[in-house]
Amino acid sequence: MSKRSNKSFWIAFCIVLVALIIAPLVLPEFWRRFLTEILIWGLLAMSSDLLIGYTGMVSFGHSAFFGLGMYGAAAALLTVKPANLWLAILYGLCGSAVVAGFVAFFATRLRDIYFAITTLIFSQIFYVVIFTWTEVTGGENGLNFTRPQLGIPGIYTVPFTPEMLHWFVLAVVTASYLILRRITQSPFGMVLQSIRENEARTRAIGYPVERYKIVAVMLSGLFAGLAGVLYAVQNRFAAPDFVYFVVSGEAVIYNVMGGIGTLVGPIVGAGFFLGLRELSSRIFGDQFPYLIPVGVIFIAMVIFLPQGLLGFARRWLNR
Amino acid sequence: MFTMGDAIGSGWAWLAAHGDIIIIQTVNGIVTGMILALIASGLTLIFGIMDVVNFAHGELFMLGAYVGVVVLATSGSFWLALVMSTLVVALIGAALQIITLRPLIGRDPLNTILATFGISLVLQNYALWQFGPVPRKLDEPITGQFVLFYLAYPWYRLLIALLSGAIIGGLYLFLKHGTYGIWIRATTQDRVMAQAMGIPVPWVYTGVFAIGAGMAAASGVLFGPLIGINHAMGLDWVLKAFIVVVVGGMGNLGGSIAASIFVSLLEAYAAIVVSPAQAVIVSFVVLILTLLFRPTGLFVPTPK
Repeated sequence: MSKRSNKSFWIAFCIVLVALIIAPLVLPEFWRRFLTEILIWGLLAMSSDLLIGYTGMVSFGHSAFFGLGMYGAAAALLTVKPANLWLAILYGLCGSAVVAGFVAFFATRLRDIYFAITTLIFSQIFYVVIFTWTEVTGGENGLNFTRPQLGIPGIYTVPFTPEMLHWFVLAVVTASYLILRRITQSPFGMVLQSIRENEARTRAIGYPVERYKIVAVMLSGLFAGLAGVLYAVQNRFAAPDFVYFVVSGEAVIYNVMGGIGTLVGPIVGAGFFLGLRELSSRIFGDQFPYLIPVGVIFIAMVIFLPQGLLGFARRWLNR
Repeated sequence: MFTMGDAIGSGWAWLAAHGDIIIIQTVNGIVTGMILALIASGLTLIFGIMDVVNFAHGELFMLGAYVGVVVLATSGSFWLALVMSTLVVALIGAALQIITLRPLIGRDPLNTILATFGISLVLQNYALWQFGPVPRKLDEPITGQFVLFYLAYPWYRLLIALLSGAIIGGLYLFLKHGTYGIWIRATTQDRVMAQAMGIPVPWVYTGVFAIGAGMAAASGVLFGPLIGINHAMGLDWVLKAFIVVVVGGMGNLGGSIAASIFVSLLEAYAAIVVSPAQAVIVSFVVLILTLLFRPTGLFVPTPK
């Protein structure tokens, strides 16, 4: 990457970041919440982009990581008194790491379509377990808890106002983005990309491909779990619906809509998807299933715009 | 219900005392297995020939059941509903293939996963919008029963198993001896050569997708009377079908049929000791073990 484009990247990054920091102060309540949600779903999509875009493995099982992040946070917030935000994050990350390790160990033995199906089936296993294990997980009703306070316990705390929540989410997502960007540009990320381009050759050069894949799935699962923790903290509940396959499917949709292999694209895709959903319910009413128009647009984008919105914009700018 | 402790504690004595349950569950497992085989053979046909993993297969199954409900309500004949539903969904499948999958031929196979996933979202939500969330019921065409130990077992269940077997057998004969079946097999073996020999490969793809869709619809109508029909029923079945297709060896027709019966029998036996919702886990475990020890599939010859 040349120095000049690097500079313009950081300028754009700062402009967007400043806009997102100011946004909650000027936006009405509904849109502020909307924006926070886009950031959380964007983080989930970004985590799966590490697999889809960089390693060339489509995961249909990210709901398991996301959901276990939620339930991990719930476990920390319900069992430890007083509720501690950092402990919630830690528990959530541990939960998703365990699941991710489990899934990674089995699923990375397979490639392409088989990987996609296996991750999907694994997420269903966790869904069934969480759904039927009512004593611990609350079954269909899920778990409710109160939102913890932000800060260092015992020293300084602030309650979560909606603005504060937005800034907190923004900070976590931005940090995650920078870490993921660093990972994808590191030698490790380069190996992942070479696995995507030519797995056999990467193995022939002498890289232990399986180990790289396992680490990639685990990293991706950790960030997905982080998104789950954020969602749990924002909404104050953990429910089995979020372990269900639909969430994984939506994460893939965000990626494809925004543009895979770009990290920023998935966030744009999440915004586009949620915007379309909102638009659909404004036009057709709440009763109309929004996934019909969104699904049609999604299919059209797969066929005509495989690079996603960001790829399209990039090509258009370069013209 | 019997608990796990009972089952393990008294071992053979338990088996002797509850042999009837085992036999009943064996029959149940075979019936479910045949239906699953019908779904999975469509899925594996589409995969084996087009390299397309059809995420929308469960929705075609669901759509078939709904078309069956509508035709049955207007005409009153179950068999007409079965035939109509198969034809209608086969046509829908052909149209879907032409619109969405044909432009993707030659691209990364992952694109077809995404496209069929999009189709499944649209179809599922269309069904939700059109028919509402309340499950519909499909009446069985014959209501006769026979006595199996203490149970009055419906003949219809056995009929399903036979019909599924007949449809799969018909498919096999068609692939083996029919002109178009030979086209299909030729396309599987070597797409470029088949095209060079004058076989219209894109239309073979469309035809295969239509056949798979029709089979999914037929299984939806056949199985409809045993389960409630709702918009979300597709996912459970497509997942099971995926499992048996992977366990049986992807794209291997005989393997997925054997795997369907194998997995369904295991699930039926597991349902004796745990609740049916948890019995699903058994098929997941089979999948994991298969992936660990025989990733190419249980029912295929060991690759050299």
